[in-house]
Amino acid sequence: MEIHYLTAHELKDRLKKRELSCAEIAGSIYSRIDEVENKLNSYIRLDKEHALSGAGEIDKLISSNAIEISDFTGIPVAIKDNMCTKNITTTCASRILENYVPIYNATVIDRLESRNYILAGKANMDEFAMGSSNENSYFGPTKNPWNTGRVPGGSSGGPAASVASGEAICSLGSDTGGSIRQPASLCGIVGFKPTYGRVSRYGLVAFASSLDQIGPLTRDVDDCAAMLNVICGCDGNDSTSIDTAVPDFKSFLAEDMKGMKIGIVKELMAEGIDREVREAVQMTIKMAEEAGGKVEEVSIPSLEYALDVYYIIAPSEASSNLSRFDGVRYGHRNMQARTLREMYQRTRAEGFGEEVKRRIMIGTYCLSAGYYDAYYEKAQRVRTLIINDFKKAFGKFDVLISPTSPTTAFKIGEKIEDPLTMYMSDICTIPVNLAGLPAISIPAGLSADKLPIGLQIIGDILREDNVLKAASSLEKAIGFKDKPGI
Amino acid sequence: MERISKDDVKHVAKLAELEFDEKDVDKITTQLDRILDHVANISKVDTEGIPPTSHVMDVKNVFREDEVKESVTQEDALKNAPDMENQGFKVPKID
Amino acid sequence: MALDIKNLKYEPVIGLEAHVELCTRTKMFCGCRLSFGEDKNIYTCPVCLGHPGSLPVINRKAVQYAIKIALALNCKIQDYTIFHRKNYFYPDMPKNYQISQYDLPLGVKGHLDVDMGDYTRRVGITRVHMEEDTGKLLHTGTTGRISESEASIVDFNRAGTPLIEVVTEPDIRSPEEAREYMIALRNLILFLDVSNCSMEEGSLRCDANVSVRKKGKEKIGTKTEIKNLNSFKFLQKGLEYEVERQIKLLESGSKVIQQTRHYDSKTAITKVLRSKEEAHDYRYFPEPDLVPIYMESKMVEDIKKTIPELPATKAKRFEKQYGLSIYDSNFLSNDRDLADYFEKCCSCYGNAKNIANWMMGDFSALLNKEKITIKESRVTPENLCRMLEIIDGGKINSKMAKSVFEEMFAAGKDPGKIIEERGLEQIADKSMLEAVIEEVLRDNPGPVEQFRQGKEKALSFLIGKVMAKTKGKANPRMVNEIITKKLS
Ligand SMILES: [Mg+2]
Ligand SMILES: [Zn+2]
Repeated sequence: MEIHYLTAHELKDRLKKRELSCAEIAGSIYSRIDEVENKLNSYIRLDKEHALSGAGEIDKLISSNAIEISDFTGIPVAIKDNMCTKNITTTCASRILENYVPIYNATVIDRLESRNYILAGKANMDEFAMGSSNENSYFGPTKNPWNTGRVPGGSSGGPAASVASGEAICSLGSDTGGSIRQPASLCGIVGFKPTYGRVSRYGLVAFASSLDQIGPLTRDVDDCAAMLNVICGCDGNDSTSIDTAVPDFKSFLAEDMKGMKIGIVKELMAEGIDREVREAVQMTIKMAEEAGGKVEEVSIPSLEYALDVYYIIAPSEASSNLSRFDGVRYGHRNMQARTLREMYQRTRAEGFGEEVKRRIMIGTYCLSAGYYDAYYEKAQRVRTLIINDFKKAFGKFDVLISPTSPTTAFKIGEKIEDPLTMYMSDICTIPVNLAGLPAISIPAGLSADKLPIGLQIIGDILREDNVLKAASSLEKAIGFKDKPGI
Repeated sequence: MERISKDDVKHVAKLAELEFDEKDVDKITTQLDRILDHVANISKVDTEGIPPTSHVMDVKNVFREDEVKESVTQEDALKNAPDMENQGFKVPKID
Repeated sequence: MALDIKNLKYEPVIGLEAHVELCTRTKMFCGCRLSFGEDKNIYTCPVCLGHPGSLPVINRKAVQYAIKIALALNCKIQDYTIFHRKNYFYPDMPKNYQISQYDLPLGVKGHLDVDMGDYTRRVGITRVHMEEDTGKLLHTGTTGRISESEASIVDFNRAGTPLIEVVTEPDIRSPEEAREYMIALRNLILFLDVSNCSMEEGSLRCDANVSVRKKGKEKIGTKTEIKNLNSFKFLQKGLEYEVERQIKLLESGSKVIQQTRHYDSKTAITKVLRSKEEAHDYRYFPEPDLVPIYMESKMVEDIKKTIPELPATKAKRFEKQYGLSIYDSNFLSNDRDLADYFEKCCSCYGNAKNIANWMMGDFSALLNKEKITIKESRVTPENLCRMLEIIDGGKINSKMAKSVFEEMFAAGKDPGKIIEERGLEQIADKSMLEAVIEEVLRDNPGPVEQFRQGKEKALSFLIGKVMAKTKGKANPRMVNEIITKKLS
């Protein structure tokens, strides 16, 4: 197989055996980028020179035995453009940050740098991570590598498309309501959202602070576990990061799932889910049973309200988080404005796209005098009920299973004019963020029109072990090996 | 009954420091009304005695010690400034 | 012209909101140093500049200081406390929201007793909460005023400085009480060593809510909020103006409108800043980037132990232990440095009343004149005590002591040395004095005769003559004795 389609652990083995150099890996990624990027638009910013010279440096360090080859040494990783990279433009796919150059690194970037990774590029996304199709990017939509007339999902559409097409070996995305798992599902790769607080949010441009979490998008579960090992852990710069021991996530990869109790979420296998998607999930359930799992249906009744709760909480927090973009300290500013208020309003009117403005409006409304109790606070109460329902389910099950997305990749332009319909595409992933749970999406096969279908495995708080165990076991059973035609 | 009027939208836009022209106000009023009508579904849920959740994880008492950390340079602080004067961020007349 | 509160038909109802900048080493939510008017934007980082992706982390010391203040104000410390975001756009706010506290402040339901001379006013403390300060705005143009400038410059050095807000109940009944409350609050906090509490430097700031009502009425009238009362004097003057303005309005049959007003110290009047209709909708909600603080009882107990004896307790002790008057005790215990100085003197010299008299008299006058604090003065407690001993021993009289003390104050010298250098020692040698007195009595037969006829005044005249002849060095007590004896 071409170098650009290998996994990080395969590349590590070859690097160790000196069969390959970091420069060759970076070179092959960049020739793939040259080949397909104009069709996909996975990236907002690429720096070939920097990547290649960086890889050369690492080769030198390796050959002089100055560094050990560990996971992700010399591996080109795409970084969603909402993670701050010092001295490298970070835009959040927004005009308002078009020229913003961070003065610091996100904690995850520091951690990857300590492994001597290669920054493949800053990946495209929905503006400020708001969207499920990657159509809300100021820098144009990203296309799905399986079918360029389709969306790659969102908001981590760029990180997903780049990994699926061989423009990066793996990537980091962020997940607020499914933004890692849904695009991973639509692009036929693995995407993981860790327990809230496992990964530091420091340097991740905030969308909804109580829901945001960084996670990996990879080609297989092994790489996913390896990436979790790098990025997880308590960070003094993030008060919400959890001070708990980080296990070796690779130790949970398993051949089978003997004795595991698996719940099929009834509400997420109902009407609104495409028939083909449901069938693919049902197939994996059979495989799970064959692999020794005990499968049973489970109902989580409060899920009915998850979408509503999410579309109150996320915009509310976002409306506050995004008020710092005002043209005073950084970012775009309307220079014609003669007064401060005029400057604020024009800067923000010009700087933000339609969806972002829509959500700021919803959120501002939900927090405003007279509405706070009925919307924001009420949503936080219903959120408690959802959490309680999940707690109950995990009293009985080790993992829960559902589709990741109700449909396969939809057509570009199909839902963009109808926000509510677009919001529905996150129906399976949103509840997980509300409860802070860890969850993975793995490829479960292809639809008749050759579009990937994703399976979601959800674990209890801090039980990434169960999620990885089930995922690696089912990954083997499913044996998904297809690559997009691009 | 509509949940949000055009005047409400204009008021909220002012709070959020956003500017919409008349045509956009019409469009966004309709969209917001639909979305708010949908999410208002939660009013049906009985939450009597259920506390609100702002943090899913039970983390508490996280502090840093009162120790000085090097600040960024003045140059770095100002390097993204859209406009500046005299080592400060310049803003137009405050109204 | 001060407002004559007692003779008004109306009664002012005043509540104050004080902001106290803590003197921690670093800011509330990041490790940047606190700044004191240095070059602009040199103590900043991604957090206090509100850069995308940055997150706040609470300064432990700031919380400890806040608890200390709340305890000293007799507040109930809540079992747990959280931060909220207060949302509004202003260029001195890096995030366009302020991290503050809302419905779960750190301390509630306290009080501070304010000594008004002939009565004590107990001012209820509604709440004590923590928040972050804003940056500073400088307005271009020659006047430096917002309304007359074309642009403003923002400096974020101050942004994120830990602030404590102390909100009172509407218990204050006069502008003078308001000023005394603020002075008492400052004195109290200075005892705790957690803030410089300087209104001039802005580390203590104050807004006031004012309304008036007919005396004897329960219902509180419509209030206005006054900003920018940035000295004790302006606080009183601004409130006096505002109370008068409101009374005039009511007397003329109009109404007070709820609004925020700004005190202009140059014209000494308050002006409208914004009306209630334009009031902010702050959209408070729990800060998702920070986790709750649970007040473990051990933590609170440990902080309690660091609180020194506070002014009210100290005053009572001074009264009892040193037999001082209430007035003297209050005077000496309101200022921590003054109180410490006093007690240091008491440990090396026995007559506390004498010490108090000197400290409150000549010493205070000189400190005020030179605008320095007792800590900055060059007179050590030991030297003051030595001087008092010398006076007691009759070596110098009180008039000489005054000039000796002036030199001690100016040069920081030992009083014994000054007396020696200036040859100030009193003439207490009986034979020497008798010779001088003989001479004076001989030269002034008139007064001598008057004294013999019982005119006491003549004695003072004769003593004065002796003092003049000895250039003030004679011991007046001895002179008195000798003359009386000789003429009887
Ligand atoms: Mg305040
Ligand atoms: Zn800072």
